[in-house]
Amino acid sequence: MGSLRLRAGIVSVAILVLFLAGWQLAVSGGAAAPAMDPEYAKLMGASAVSGRSPMPGPLDIAQGLWRHLRDPFYDHGTNDKGIGIQLAWSVARVSAGWLLAVLVAVPMGFVIGMSPLLGRALDPFIQILKPISPLAWMPLALFTIRDSGVSAIFVIFICSIWPMLINTAFGVASVRKEWLNVAATLEVRPIRRALTVILPAAAPTILTGMRISIGIAWLVIVAAEMLVGGTGIGYFVWNEWNNLSISNVIIAILIIGVVGMLLDQLLARAQRAVTFPE
Amino acid sequence: MSEFISIEGIARRFGQQAVFEDLWLGIPRGNFTCMIGHSGCGKTTVLNILAGLDRPSDGVVVVDGTGIEGPSLDRAVVFQSHALLPWRSVLGNVAFAVSSRWPDAPRAEVEQRARAAIAKVGLAGSEAKRPAELSGGMKQRVGIARALSIEPKILLMDEPFSALDALTRGTLQDEVRRICTQTDQTVFMITHDVDEAIYLADRIVLMTNGPGAEIAEIVVNTLPRARTRADLHHQPGFYELRNHLIDFLVTRSRNFRDHAPAGHDRRHPPEVRLAIPHADNASPTQENAHAS
Repeated sequence: MGSLRLRAGIVSVAILVLFLAGWQLAVSGGAAAPAMDPEYAKLMGASAVSGRSPMPGPLDIAQGLWRHLRDPFYDHGTNDKGIGIQLAWSVARVSAGWLLAVLVAVPMGFVIGMSPLLGRALDPFIQILKPISPLAWMPLALFTIRDSGVSAIFVIFICSIWPMLINTAFGVASVRKEWLNVAATLEVRPIRRALTVILPAAAPTILTGMRISIGIAWLVIVAAEMLVGGTGIGYFVWNEWNNLSISNVIIAILIIGVVGMLLDQLLARAQRAVTFPE
Repeated sequence: MSEFISIEGIARRFGQQAVFEDLWLGIPRGNFTCMIGHSGCGKTTVLNILAGLDRPSDGVVVVDGTGIEGPSLDRAVVFQSHALLPWRSVLGNVAFAVSSRWPDAPRAEVEQRARAAIAKVGLAGSEAKRPAELSGGMKQRVGIARALSIEPKILLMDEPFSALDALTRGTLQDEVRRICTQTDQTVFMITHDVDEAIYLADRIVLMTNGPGAEIAEIVVNTLPRARTRADLHHQPGFYELRNHLIDFLVTRSRNFRDHAPAGHDRRHPPEVRLAIPHADNASPTQENAHAS
């Protein structure tokens, strides 16, 4: 087992090195600069004139990343904030929308899971609402809420709610009959039964829903912030695209991936804590 | 009726199909009653109705003068699949029952009662373990401790030992017999193990095959009450009793309806007492056993 992990690690590092080397090779070769009018050359920028590839190489990215990480929280006005500030905005929006969704979806999933009637009655609505891209709600949110920041949170809320709702309802509905029978023969009251039997029994399934939700929320926040603008890592990506700073775009992509992984690991840890061996 | 538990004309139907109909049975206080019969005769349904988990389509069950309306802490159930809550420790599982029985009891008392019940089934020292860490026999011990911890008037057991290996089953039968005879516990137990029924039960209720199952007779266990598992099969009358039960399961449970004894009254199923043969008559059986 340990040796498998070690070997897998070695292969991972090898793949990374190969990828970086290939990348470096691909961007370092350059044809001679075509002769052009000096005025035009000035407009086109250094990459066109020197014949270097306009795509940054891994070393450029490493340098840029170091620059960002050294001073993540600077604030030089609307369009020049540290990447830490942008990330904090995004994480805050995701957390707010996601937590609101937890507060709504878990109790509602409980009710749906416990009542076959409500479960069936609400099923068509859930089935129709679930596949709607959360961004399709954005105009409606902007129109009714009239605040772009809150609208972004609403979009996160609406995309987080479905996996949690469905998983909670499923987890609650499939609590083992024998555990409910135990509670019944002990004359356990409904509230106590919900908290001491159904909730722990359904917790692993509920946490699975929460984990799926936070993954989707992190996917959606980038697009949402590109739309609403102002702050956040999604806005940062779009802003750097407008600045034609491919290097910063790549750095942002990398950081989005890492933060997404950390959020997922956080929920995975919570999931392990409530999972019981049978 | 003066019986402690009185099953009065219950039926259970699923659609048109009746598992059993017009079932009458009385169980005296302090009595250990076993019900045997083949799968599908509705044994478990009878137990679930006694537990309050299922309702009869017809008829009533009266316990201690009160009709059963639903589950009650007076009637504890030991489930076939032990049904422990896997996220709770052994102590947590038993304490869950204790705090249901005495909701206002202080935490220390709950824990002390739970520990006492766990010690009673011989699991002292395993309080902190999770069910997943226990063997099948230990899990069922916890199930029994949980049922006993609430000091029920009636203990209902649904084939509690059927999933265990023979050795574990034997030791658990010993424990259950010891505990139940010490405390004069009223027990209703379902089994399909004839030897288990003979060892544990004061009375053995024989159910015919379903659908449309009925109680054929109630066999009174005439073996001495001070029996042990080791000497059980040397008791005079053991083989007569055992053969009677096996004959029933093999043939009579199938064709009882067509060959019902004259005057069979569902309301008063006949009580059968097999005569204990004289000790001299029993000895050849033993000699044969030694010779072979």
